[in-house]
Amino acid sequence: MRYAMAIDTKKCVGCSACVVACQTENNVPIGYCRDWVVESVDGSYPNLEIELRSERCNHCGNSPCVRCCPTGASHYEDGGIVTVNHNECIGCGACIQSCPYDARYSHPEGYVDKCTFCLHRVDKGQKPACVSVCPTTCMYFGDLDNPESDVSRVLKTRKWKTLAPEAGTKPQIYYLT
Amino acid sequence: MKSNRRSFIKVSTAGAGALALSKPVLGWLPGFLEDEKPMDDSKATRYPSYCEICFWKCAGWTYTNKEGKIWKIIGNEEDQHSNGRFCPRGTGGVGMYYDEDRLKTPLIRVTKNGKQEFRKASWEEALALIAGRMKVIAEKYGPECLALFSHGSGGKFLGHMLKAFGSNNITAPSYAQCRGPREVAFYATYGKGLGSPEPTDIRDTQCLVLIGSHLGENMHNGQVQEMSQAIDKGATIITVDPRFSTAASKSKHWLPIKPSTDLALLLAWINVIIYEDLFDHKYLEKYAFGFEELKEHVKHMTPEWAYGITTIQPHRIRKTAREMGKNAPSVIVHPGRHVTWYGDDTQRLRAVAILNALLGSYGRRGGFYMPEKLSVPKFPHPKYPKPTKSWRDAFPGKYNLVGETLSSGICEATIPSPERDCSFKGWIVNGTNLIETLPDRQKTIDAINSLDLLVVIDTMPMEITGYADVILPECTYLERYDNIRVSQHRKPQIALRMPAAEPMYDTKPDWWIARELGLRLGLEDYFKYETIEEVLDWQLKQVGSSLEEMQRIGVKTYPREFDDLYIAEGEDVEFNTPTGKIELYSTAIEEEGFDPMPVYKAHPEPQTGFYRLIYGRAPMHTFSRTSNNPNLTDLMDENCVWINPKVATEWDLVKDQYIWLKNQDGVVSSFPVKVRVTERIRWDSIYIVHGFGHTNKRLTRAHGRGASDTQLITNVMVDPIMGGTGMRGNFVTFLTEEPSNKELES
Repeated sequence: MRYAMAIDTKKCVGCSACVVACQTENNVPIGYCRDWVVESVDGSYPNLEIELRSERCNHCGNSPCVRCCPTGASHYEDGGIVTVNHNECIGCGACIQSCPYDARYSHPEGYVDKCTFCLHRVDKGQKPACVSVCPTTCMYFGDLDNPESDVSRVLKTRKWKTLAPEAGTKPQIYYLT
Repeated sequence: MKSNRRSFIKVSTAGAGALALSKPVLGWLPGFLEDEKPMDDSKATRYPSYCEICFWKCAGWTYTNKEGKIWKIIGNEEDQHSNGRFCPRGTGGVGMYYDEDRLKTPLIRVTKNGKQEFRKASWEEALALIAGRMKVIAEKYGPECLALFSHGSGGKFLGHMLKAFGSNNITAPSYAQCRGPREVAFYATYGKGLGSPEPTDIRDTQCLVLIGSHLGENMHNGQVQEMSQAIDKGATIITVDPRFSTAASKSKHWLPIKPSTDLALLLAWINVIIYEDLFDHKYLEKYAFGFEELKEHVKHMTPEWAYGITTIQPHRIRKTAREMGKNAPSVIVHPGRHVTWYGDDTQRLRAVAILNALLGSYGRRGGFYMPEKLSVPKFPHPKYPKPTKSWRDAFPGKYNLVGETLSSGICEATIPSPERDCSFKGWIVNGTNLIETLPDRQKTIDAINSLDLLVVIDTMPMEITGYADVILPECTYLERYDNIRVSQHRKPQIALRMPAAEPMYDTKPDWWIARELGLRLGLEDYFKYETIEEVLDWQLKQVGSSLEEMQRIGVKTYPREFDDLYIAEGEDVEFNTPTGKIELYSTAIEEEGFDPMPVYKAHPEPQTGFYRLIYGRAPMHTFSRTSNNPNLTDLMDENCVWINPKVATEWDLVKDQYIWLKNQDGVVSSFPVKVRVTERIRWDSIYIVHGFGHTNKRLTRAHGRGASDTQLITNVMVDPIMGGTGMRGNFVTFLTEEPSNKELES
């Protein structure tokens, strides 16, 4: 099993419903976020392009954050989901420094926090909160090892890219372009 | 109360202890901080509701946690407005509930030692005061001199109370400041306005044309969802906008038009559609009136003619017209929503209506579907008294085609004039911050200063509360019942809103406020119920449901009673126009003394050093209503001014620099606004998101953040056909140094 997410930049309008849904679902304090939206504009008036991307932890197959964690708090769950065990985290922040995606933050209660792919929902057969809420249905989530999953099917038919592939982290968030 | 006594009071200047009543909510968080793991849906309780953060009114579920505290809001999958997916604002609706800046108790304006302030009052005292003043106004001037401004669900109850009292001057700024022109234009053309949600069949369209309509930035949830479906299906999107909007970035064709010239482009498109024979012959022969007149009318309005006006090259005008023709009738030339731009807006929207008719898209798959709405009987009450006066008396012979009440009209008719025997003396304002909603702020304040009574009912200390005689704190939509949502859509559907928590602080729902006022006004016969549950249950039983059922399911769908979603091939249809046809040539508008077919007229342009002020929406905010919401300010806590890099270079402006905006009449923004240097805006315009630049310090997150477009809209171009307030004829320049106080006050 290998959980992954594909996000269609052609459909995303950057509304940030994913950010608020994550915040309420996971009780992320105001002022912090586990996911966020990036707008990149290319060209000059009137020959322009915009790419909108909802970004979050890439749940990398080769995660520097897991490797560098001194206590083992950062670890892989089934399906390759990278999570932080809050009780074991000493808040040293090494993982924050090691992440090429700037996906982690220091929670005011002293531990490091990040996207969990809503493991608590996925375990119950639900989709992550961000995927469930997206008004444009631009996000696909599922098991890459299952050829019939939403994410496998969409990656077969569409062009895609990952962020910072040069970091060699094997990111599992795919952007449909 | 004399006019000079009504100075603006910040709600915070209340007497000692008046507002420091409740401790701020611990953080903002619903109460399971102690839990290590996130909550499990199956352990939560959910209550049906529909959203009040914007007018789309999506139906969903409010979840509470184990302690009964509001946790999150999720869409109801049965709901046609949201399809179970909420936008950021609806999802962030919890922030409206947890906002510690909420109004917490009734407040009454008093003068103490020569200084005005608000004093905490009991509901009994506040309601008795309002009812007493309403009776005095009714005796002295007639009950018709009271008006209700409302933009929200509670307005239905307050409106009932006011009608029972004898006034039908009930208004929402969403008409004359927003969608009014398109309603009148579609009424004149098809005999029917569009209503809300607009019956645009976007999910099945092959070609979507957006004119200044920034879907995706205005999160009209269902429409944005359908635009995404249309993108998936490979539909062609054509966007006309001086700004490279999000929708423009999804478009096959973006026409970066010179602002204020849209009507010329529309007429050129009509010219091409007619003269290149791209129109729907059968449809027009059967249903339309005035084709030959239209053909003659647009004869010289060629793409070459429009090029000099719009700056859009002729070949692009032809190419986009052909795209529409090729896909007809599966085309939507979208009517937009906020369309009060230049004062000739009814005529521009008439051109939109005409273009759709030529393409045969009205009543066709992929064009405009025929919506249906359930008829839910009203709870029985005696007939309303017949008012002898109305706001229309202030505008003799004008605005005859208008179907709703003009907020700006009431405002104008409040300022005393020798030509009128009565002006408005009392306003009840519910859920609309008129200071930020109506253009020409000075006029609004002048009107307010002429009032004997201003009651503001709101959840937040919006600027309008500062001018009130009495402030009533309503509870948020998550803490109350409201009317059943009955809205038009592909299938008739109803939705229930019920409380997920007890009202926080000393706040009350509008149904209760309206009833209590009604009882004090001697209107018992109109309020023959103790609780709202009685009313809802009675109404729901008339349509084969019950309160119990709706509490369980939230949304109920009914089968369509009448015809199909679309007009069938060759079907006989009589349109509700004077000719019974789709009027390309409007006999009703001609009757009123205006051009029966749209004529392009040039609008004023910015002087050197000035730029056209364009304003719009951001997906995470609804006007000024959300600008203090903790969850949503977290996403966007100020607006910035979009400036083209060429202009920025000329002015030596850099990214993130704070500047002041000054308009053509010398009005300077109260606060500095951050510069965003971006290619996404034309060089002759600037853009800001509406709803920022709050002056009330009690809005602790929103105060002083960004600039208010409304403050800078002092030139209002009134639509002579329907009285809409055109707001896009304002121009601003930049001040890089902090202006003197004198300049700020001007």
